[in-house]
Amino acid sequence: MEPLSNKRKVLESKPLNFLERAYLPAIVKGLSITMKHFLKVVFAKGDVTIQYPEQKREFSENFRGMHSLKRDENGKERCTACGLCALSCPAEAITMTAAERQKGEEHLYREEKYAAVYEINMLRCIFCGLCEEACPKEAIYLDGDIVPSDYLRKDFIYGKDKLVEAPLNQ
Amino acid sequence: MELTDILIKFTLIVIVFAISLVVAMYSTYAERKLAAFFQDRVGPNRAGPWGILQPLADGGKMFLKEEIIPTNATGFLFIVGPSLAIFTACIASAVIPWGQKLTIGTTVIDLQVTDINVGILYIFGVVSLGVYGIMIGGWASNNKYSLLGAIRAASQNISYEISMGLSIIALIMVTGTMSLGEIASQQHGFWADGWFSWFVFKQPLGFLLFIICAFAETNRSPFDLPECETELVGGYHTEYSSMKLGFYLFAEYINMFISSAVMATLYFGGYNYPGMDWVAANAGTNISVILGVVLLFGKIFGFIFFFMWVRWTIPRFRYDQLMDLGWKTLIPLAIANIIITGLWMTFIRG
Repeated sequence: MEPLSNKRKVLESKPLNFLERAYLPAIVKGLSITMKHFLKVVFAKGDVTIQYPEQKREFSENFRGMHSLKRDENGKERCTACGLCALSCPAEAITMTAAERQKGEEHLYREEKYAAVYEINMLRCIFCGLCEEACPKEAIYLDGDIVPSDYLRKDFIYGKDKLVEAPLNQ
Repeated sequence: MELTDILIKFTLIVIVFAISLVVAMYSTYAERKLAAFFQDRVGPNRAGPWGILQPLADGGKMFLKEEIIPTNATGFLFIVGPSLAIFTACIASAVIPWGQKLTIGTTVIDLQVTDINVGILYIFGVVSLGVYGIMIGGWASNNKYSLLGAIRAASQNISYEISMGLSIIALIMVTGTMSLGEIASQQHGFWADGWFSWFVFKQPLGFLLFIICAFAETNRSPFDLPECETELVGGYHTEYSSMKLGFYLFAEYINMFISSAVMATLYFGGYNYPGMDWVAANAGTNISVILGVVLLFGKIFGFIFFFMWVRWTIPRFRYDQLMDLGWKTLIPLAIANIIITGLWMTFIRG
């Protein structure tokens, strides 16, 4: 067959010559390679380890972590409990209970309807970001950190206390 | 023997024993740290600054682990195995000359526990006893992997003891003595009679054979087949747990320390160093002796480093390759070395 590229190299298996059979030159070569790595780590800080709890690797810009429920520029919650995020969620991780805004709560919620309860089960969530895309009010973003570990399943159901952004004036 | 002599010897024994244990302890730390460096990692660094307390943490863990003796194991021999391994590892250091004689006032302290005139034979005897620890432990476990590991250890040690002994014979022909103290003092200084006085320069092939056999005798990589995880689970110590496992691992590190000391003494001048006469004349004899001891330990640590360097470089031999190397290469080379040495002694040295 015609070779398509000129990269093909015909190898012939030759019997080992004396130096190759004596192992020692190859061993010396191997030792020099490991020594290079050793010197690099000892004298040039060549190790690649990130000491995790103290140091953290930077996430990429489109990393999807823990959800946060956003507030608008006046510090009112944007979520209007339309349920589109729950509907779009392929893992069925989101549940919510809607409530009507009462008089005197205008500074808390932007629309007349709001989510009284908003829960995400972090064990179900697959961090696909579809809720983010579905939201018409720009209220939910997966811009947080990695979800921390815990001991009990019930502690992975995050309510509004963990999800809503901190108020503006704090 | 006077009371002071006995006291001095006793103190020396305790010091040597303590040093062997501490060096073995920190060899485990060094091994992990060096392994990390060779592989671009950082190694243990949580227990104390730079992880310096890691051996203590490991030891504490070993002591607190549950002690398991399998139902079908031979109880008594199961305990004898690791005890014998660590016992033989510890007694080999008795004949190593750690330095020349110290003089304090009128007392002369010989920095060698005992200078028996067949020191090399003593070390060989103790080393070949060491394999019984592995053999008994592996057999008493009543486990096929342990037994296979033990058999491998036994046949490997026996095969490599032959070439080790033959490579030593050439050295003994040159020295004319088997006492380690005598051999060390023959390598006085660095240069004598128009050639280097260290035996590595007089017996280069012998040294090469000896160091290869030393790797095999201490079951270190690339000859660590007795504990080959991929084939034998854990090898001879598969069934061991708690401090009995610790003893086996510890014995390996003590053996490494002792064989490094033997190599430094036999081939790398022991406590001798270039310009020792000048130091003795200008700074005092005791300073020179202490410097010699420090340098001997420097050489020993150099060898231990080499042991670890090789471990993290070379893959393990296959068993038939191991036997090929031992019987078909090292033994003929060792015999050739004896013949060459004999010819040199007869015709050139005269």
